[in-house]
Amino acid sequence: MNAPVTPEQQAMLDRFVRQNKLFYSPDPAIMENHRIEARSEIEERLLSGPVDAHQVNEIRGLLTAALDESNTMIEQMGAAPGAKWGDMTTGIFTASGDLSMIAPYGVGGFAAAVFYPIKFVNKYWTDEPTVGVREGDGFIHNDARYGGIHNTDQSMMMPIFWKEKLVCWISATIHEGENGATEPGGMPAAAESKFDEGLKMSPFKVVEKFELKRDLVTFLQNSVRDPKLQLEDMKVRLHSCLRLRERVIKVLEEYGEEALITTLRKSIEDVVEEVKRRIRELPDGTMRTMSFADSTLRESALLKLNMAITVKGEKITVDMRGSSPELLNRSINACQGSFKTMLYSGWMQNVWPDLPFTMAVFTPFDFVFDEKSIINGSFDTPQAMSLIPLFKTMTIASIPMAKFNYGLPHRYTAMVAPQYDQPATLIYGGITQHGEFTGNFCADINGMGQGGRSHRDGEHSVSPPFAAHCDIGEIELMEEDLPLVRLGAFTLTKDRVGFGKQRSGMGYEQIHTFRGSAMWGYMTGCSGSLFPSSQPLFGGYASPTYPLCKIKNTNVFEQLEKNPEKVPFDIIKLMNEQPIEGATYSTHPMAMTFELAAPGEVYMMCQGAGGGYGDVLQRDPALVMKDLEEKLISDDTARDIYKVAYDPVSRLVDEAGTAKLRAAERKARMKRGVPYDKFVKTWNTPEPPVKLPYMGCWGDDVSQVYGVMLGQRVKMDGKALQSQFMLNPKDVQIAALQAEVAALKKVTARTVSKRKR
Amino acid sequence: MTTTAAYDEEGERDVKVLITENLRIDLETEKWECRSCDAPLIGARENYKRGLLVHNRDPREIHKPLLDPTKYELTYAPNPEWCRILEYYCPKCGSMVETEYLPPGHPPIRDIELDIDALKAQWKDRPELKEPPPDKDTRRRGAHGGQPAARMYTGDSK
Repeated sequence: MNAPVTPEQQAMLDRFVRQNKLFYSPDPAIMENHRIEARSEIEERLLSGPVDAHQVNEIRGLLTAALDESNTMIEQMGAAPGAKWGDMTTGIFTASGDLSMIAPYGVGGFAAAVFYPIKFVNKYWTDEPTVGVREGDGFIHNDARYGGIHNTDQSMMMPIFWKEKLVCWISATIHEGENGATEPGGMPAAAESKFDEGLKMSPFKVVEKFELKRDLVTFLQNSVRDPKLQLEDMKVRLHSCLRLRERVIKVLEEYGEEALITTLRKSIEDVVEEVKRRIRELPDGTMRTMSFADSTLRESALLKLNMAITVKGEKITVDMRGSSPELLNRSINACQGSFKTMLYSGWMQNVWPDLPFTMAVFTPFDFVFDEKSIINGSFDTPQAMSLIPLFKTMTIASIPMAKFNYGLPHRYTAMVAPQYDQPATLIYGGITQHGEFTGNFCADINGMGQGGRSHRDGEHSVSPPFAAHCDIGEIELMEEDLPLVRLGAFTLTKDRVGFGKQRSGMGYEQIHTFRGSAMWGYMTGCSGSLFPSSQPLFGGYASPTYPLCKIKNTNVFEQLEKNPEKVPFDIIKLMNEQPIEGATYSTHPMAMTFELAAPGEVYMMCQGAGGGYGDVLQRDPALVMKDLEEKLISDDTARDIYKVAYDPVSRLVDEAGTAKLRAAERKARMKRGVPYDKFVKTWNTPEPPVKLPYMGCWGDDVSQVYGVMLGQRVKMDGKALQSQFMLNPKDVQIAALQAEVAALKKVTARTVSKRKR
Repeated sequence: MTTTAAYDEEGERDVKVLITENLRIDLETEKWECRSCDAPLIGARENYKRGLLVHNRDPREIHKPLLDPTKYELTYAPNPEWCRILEYYCPKCGSMVETEYLPPGHPPIRDIELDIDALKAQWKDRPELKEPPPDKDTRRRGAHGGQPAARMYTGDSK
C-alpha cells in the first residue's frame, strides 16, 4: 500500500494537474449545478447583519432602469433580425456569477444561461497567466455546451471592478442567427456531428481596455456567412455593456460597493426563500406528463419527453428519466444546462410569472436525468436544433404544475394549458437582392398561440414560449432587406385552435415566396406533422398537426400578373383548389433540411395553436358563436365538437336545443366509454407498435427505454442508455427504390417469360 | 368562495380539496369526486382514472382533415397509427374529466399521485374552497406608457 499523500504533495499534485490541463471542456461541476453559490466572505459579512431594505429597493430600481436602457440600446442598434424583435437581453450578476437581475423585456433565458460561462471564466481564466480577468475586459461565448440555449446566441460578458476588486458581472446577449453552420441561419437540422454546427465559442476574451480585439473579430467574421452582422452586433453588445457599466459605476460612486453587493445577493436570497415558501404551499405528491416530438428533423420518429415532478416539503424534484436516448448523428439533442434554463424560462412564463427573473428560483429544485438522454446529451452530440426538445420542455411543465396549483387558496397566475411548442418559422439563406450573402430566420417564431386558460381563452400568436415580450417584426422591413415576399401573413384561419371549455390561441398562416435573387433557399425545423405538439389540460383537446405545403414548378408572380383573382392567399384554398395550372402541389412534414427554391415557388406553413383547456361541452355557447363570427371555427366544429344548436344565419343560440344536444353527447360518452380496468386490458401493449420508430420508455416504467440503432429497434436499460445512430435518409430512400425496382424487374421477367411461353 | 368546513365526531374536518377543473378529493371519505355531478369515483389513494370510463378516439374525428385526403397524405389531422386520443368520462354524468394523447397501446400514465396524509395535514387549518380563487391577468406596467395608451383604444381602461 502506498504511503498517505501529505498535504504538500497533494497541493503539488493539484497545481501540476491545474497547470497541465489538456483541454478546458465544459466543467460538470459548473454545468450540472443550477444553484446559487454559497455566500462569499464579504456577502456573509454584509448579509449576516441588518440590511437596509429601502436602500436595496432604491439600488434595485436604478439597476432595473439601467438594464432597461442597455436592452433598448440593443433593440435600437442591433443588426440581427432577432435583436429587432426582442430576442436579446442584458443582465447583472454577482461577483460569483449568479444572475441577480435582468432587463424588464427581452429573453430572460439568455441571461439565465450566461451564469454558466461567467462561472467558467471565474474558475479557469482568472488565474490563468495567458488570459486573466481585468478591468476593461470582455468575454464572448456562444457554445451552449458551456451554458446557453443554442449556438445562435452570442453573449458579451464584462467584469466590473471597483477599488481593484471584482464586484459584479454584466452581460448582453443577442440571438444572432447565422454562425457558419452547415446550413444557413445557425440552426442546422442537417448537422450530423458537432463539427457541422459552425462557430463553437467557448468563453474567451475578445475585449481589452474596453476595445474589441480586431484580430479575433476578423477570425469570427471569417467563420460566418454574414461578416457585417458579426461585426455590427459585437459592437452593439460591447456598447450596451459599456452603458450598463457606466450606470453601475454611478451606483458604486453614490452608494459604495457594499450596498451594491448587498443588493445583488439579497435579491437572489429573497427569491430562494420565497420559492421555498411557495413549494411548501403545494400538496406533496408526484404529477406526471409527457410530450412527443414526431421527427428527428431528418426522418419521422416518435421521441418521448417524460416528466415527473415531485413535491415534498420545500423541495421540488424534476425527474426526466424515461425520455428518448440521445442521437449521435442528429442535431436535436440538448445538454442539461440548456434544459434547465428553458424549463426555468417556461416556468417564469406560466407558473410563477410574478417572481423576479433569476435562476435562483431553481435553487430548491433537484433534477434527475438518464445519462445520454435527449435532454442530457453528452458533449459530442450535435445540439444545433436543441429547440425541438427544449420548446417542449418550456411548455409541458404547465400540466403538472396546474395540477399542483389548482386548489391553492392563492394563485400567482391563471392555470394555463401548454403553449404551442415548435419553432414554426422559415429559415432562409442565399444571396439577397443587394448582392449580400445571408442566412437567418423569420420572426414568426415569436407568434405562437397560447394555451387555453382557467379564466379565459388563450391569446392568438402571442409570443414564443421562452419570453413574453417578443415581437413578430415588420414584413415591410424584412422585404427591404431580403428577397422574401409574403403573399399571406398573420392570417388567422379556421379550425386550427385547441378546442376546449377555454379554447387555445391560434397561430397564423405564412405564405412565402421570393424574387430578385439568383440563389435562395429555405429550411424548416419543426416536429408535429403526425402527432400533435401542444398537449391539452383538464380534458381539452390538443393543437392539430401541421404540414409544410409547397407549390413548385411555377412562378406565382407570373400568375399574379396574368390572373390575380385566381390566386387566393389562403393555404387551404390554394392546396385543395390547386388554382395554378401546371404547378406541383405537395405536403411534407414540417422538418425540411435546406433546399434551394426557384423564384416564385411558394412555401407555406402555419404557426401553431396551444392546447385547449377543459371539456368542450362546458364551453359557453355564446363564445362558440363568437368563434364562428371571428372565423376561428367552422359550423361543423360548432355542431360536432361543441354541440351547440343555433340558427346558422342569425347565429342565435337555441339554448334548449343545445342543452339537449349536450345531454345526448354526455349519454353517448357514457355508452361508449369502457371502465378503465377493463379498457387497459385490451389497450395496453407490452411494447410500442412494431412499425413505429419509438424512442423513450413505454408507459410509466422508466427502467426500460426503447430506441433505434441503424434502423433496428433496441431496448435498453434506463440506467445505461446507448446513443442512437440513424441511417442516412437518402440511403433509406435509395434502398426502398432499389427494392421497388427489383420487385418491378421480377414482375417484368415473369410477364416476359409468360409471353414467351 | 371559501367556507370553513364542519368538524366531524372524530374531530376531522370534512374538507373537499379541488385538484383539477373536474376533480376534487373529499378528505374525510378519502374519495375522488366529480366536480360536475358530485359523484364519488374511487378511493383518493388510487389512480383516479380507475374510477372513470375511457374511450379510444380516432384523432381525425376531432382534428378533421382540412386538406383533401385524396390529394395529400398530411392534412392537418393527426396520423391515427401514431396517435390516439384517450377520453376519460365521469361514469355518472359523462363529463370529460381528462384527455390523453398517446401512441397506440401506450399504457396511460398515472398523472396525479398525491400523499393523502400530507394533504390532510396541510388542509387541517385551511378554509375550504368551493370554487378556485378568481384568476386575474398579470399585467406589467409599460416602461413608456405603451400599455395604458393601448388600453385607451381597447376600452380596457374603463
